[in-house]
Amino acid sequence: MAVTWNKDIDAALSQAKTQHKPVLVDFSAAPA
Amino acid sequence: MPIGVHIKENPSGFHRFDSVWTPTALVLDENGKERHRIEGYLPKDEFAAQLLLGLARVAFMQKKWADAEKLYDEILQKYPNSEAAPESVYWKAVSHYKATNDHTVLGEVPKTLQQKYPDSVWAKKAIPWAA
Repeated sequence: MAVTWNKDIDAALSQAKTQHKPVLVDFSAAPA
Repeated sequence: MPIGVHIKENPSGFHRFDSVWTPTALVLDENGKERHRIEGYLPKDEFAAQLLLGLARVAFMQKKWADAEKLYDEILQKYPNSEAAPESVYWKAVSHYKATNDHTVLGEVPKTLQQKYPDSVWAKKAIPWAA
């Protein structure tokens, strides 16, 4: 299953709060 | 809710969470509070076990003891040889104790850890619980 990664941190945090869901933040320096 | 941050595209996002190295993964609760941090590369199973450890911690900190216990048990069932396993033995028992006030569950932990994970720091941490 493909993961859709959010790039807007604030929007994703707001969505997580609304949906009562935990958040995974992945920091990478790897080339896209 | 997965968030991907490339440090060159979004350096402020990287520093916002006091990140100092890549790869780094954080598990946050629904209020954005950090509950678990994974720094450095891990093989797939170890990483999956660490993610579950993070979710278990989220549940634990929300005092959802049954959910936490279930997640720690999931780690033990799926990834018994992972680095997260001995920690899961420890916190699974604590979750059960928190839910029931039955301290006898803690007394079993030192024996389990000594048998299965004798070199882990969690085996040392559980020593005071030995009957």
